[in-house]
Amino acid sequence: MRTWLYKADTSLSPYVYISPFFILFAVFGLFPLGYTAWVSLHDWSLLADEHSFVGLGNYSALLADPYFWNALRNTLSILALSTIPQLILALILAHLVNRPLRAKTLWRLGLLLPNVTSVVAVVVIFSQLFGRDFGLINWLLESFGLGRIDWQAGVASSHVAIAAMITWRWTGYNALIFLAAMQAVPKELYESATLDGATAGQQLRKITIPSIRPTVIFVVIVSTIYGLQVFAEPQLFAGGGPNGIIGGPDRQFQTLTLYMYEHGFNRGFEFGYASATAWVMFGLIVLAAAVNYLITRRIRSSR
Amino acid sequence: MTRRLVYLTLTGVLMLTAFPLYFSVVVASQDNSALSHVPPPVLPGANLIENIKRVFDTVPFDQALLNSLIVSGINTASVVLFSTLAGFAFAKLRFKGRTALLLAVVGTMMVPMQLGIIPLFMLITKLEWHDTLLAVTVPALVNAFGVFFMTQYLSEALPTELLEAGRIDGAGTHRLFWHVVLPVARPAAAVLGMLTFLNVWNDYLWPLVVLASPENQTVQVALSQLRAGYVQDYSLALTGTMLATLPLLIVFGLLGKQLIGGIMQGAVKG
Repeated sequence: MRTWLYKADTSLSPYVYISPFFILFAVFGLFPLGYTAWVSLHDWSLLADEHSFVGLGNYSALLADPYFWNALRNTLSILALSTIPQLILALILAHLVNRPLRAKTLWRLGLLLPNVTSVVAVVVIFSQLFGRDFGLINWLLESFGLGRIDWQAGVASSHVAIAAMITWRWTGYNALIFLAAMQAVPKELYESATLDGATAGQQLRKITIPSIRPTVIFVVIVSTIYGLQVFAEPQLFAGGGPNGIIGGPDRQFQTLTLYMYEHGFNRGFEFGYASATAWVMFGLIVLAAAVNYLITRRIRSSR
Repeated sequence: MTRRLVYLTLTGVLMLTAFPLYFSVVVASQDNSALSHVPPPVLPGANLIENIKRVFDTVPFDQALLNSLIVSGINTASVVLFSTLAGFAFAKLRFKGRTALLLAVVGTMMVPMQLGIIPLFMLITKLEWHDTLLAVTVPALVNAFGVFFMTQYLSEALPTELLEAGRIDGAGTHRLFWHVVLPVARPAAAVLGMLTFLNVWNDYLWPLVVLASPENQTVQVALSQLRAGYVQDYSLALTGTMLATLPLLIVFGLLGKQLIGGIMQGAVKG
């Protein structure tokens, strides 16, 4: 009896322990994601009882919509403007902190501080800073003798403002991830490089980055996945409301997630059409991750 | 680079990261009309209490704070518990399909779940959870990152001999979990708990989609309402921001050091 109980315990317990995760994750995570593909093939809206099969109709309508291409352009532009400076800054910061420093914890806490702040809070604060009439940044520009900028109005200027929010919130966090990887790089490499007269910048490029390549790939991919799904920043930058949903009065900063939100939850709940948007985004994310992986893999290894 | 230059640069960076938060306190303590002065105010004013009152009059902010506390609290507890259970099984127990299932966890970790939002909305509506706190709580009860994080931690921190000794003493798997695994898992559980609390507290898109009535909103949704409106009342919006961020900053001040340790540890192993 005892051995039977013991056997049942050791063979069944593992499954009992992992099942809460797998059941909940399957129902509320994987199922919705997969079901999106099915919904995207239908003319499916919240109010209609009939969901007629339309094949790839939603996709062809999507690709024919200039607003979709506008949202794609905006998303890629904001992605580039936020991810590239963010990663370069994070690498440099991590390199600076990766040495014996006084008040070590203080600098690290400072790096993580913006990430604790919610996206909504960040947008509210930065919308004030980037305000046209009474914003601090325009006041600074003016006191340096430069002109005011209507940050929200322009395509490029609004993208810069949104990218600044993302960069502020994520640079320090990424620097900490880089720092963790840098600490595993053998110190002797730096010592001999210093003896050979290599500058800090050369050491960063020739030793650090090649040594932490897997971490760079990881951070680039994660940042790209985040950047392709930006939502709260553009929505609230325009002040929420109807202008927020279309990303500014001229759609100058409507991103793909906003576009999906606009069709899925505001314009007659076009679930089929919004699902098609989601799947196109999913494809883009997979593609972007693959491209990132291939590019970053080419960073030469030091070994 | 000289040491002095390094400290100077880092101080500059620290000021850049802290300034927007400091400035939100400045704005939150001013009368809205004071913000249109030239030059803009750079020191806190005396209007904070008044602005806090206005926030609570404009949106049911106390209810929103309570809702966020409930949702974040439940999800933190559940993510930590379920992740530790699964992490223990993956790290230390032998069973069929273990490798494949663990691969599935790692593989789904980076999948953008936000893209399943439409069927999730349909599912929640079907369950009649629309506009209830269940709608935001249940889908976030578990996540793949938590399982991966605990698996990594326990496979290193939990000595197999300790488990074997427990088995010899006649302890079943269940008792081992509560008396051996949980105490060992505590440091990692604290970090995972904090990360989960932050993420759930700061979540925006899904609560915005699924919660409609003012009394059911979470803090972030309530905050976004303060930002909306034709005339932008920045002192009101930023007072709300300050109130919503303050609890996190307190937690951060108390446990920030452990949080940094956890993030960096997870990064190296991941």
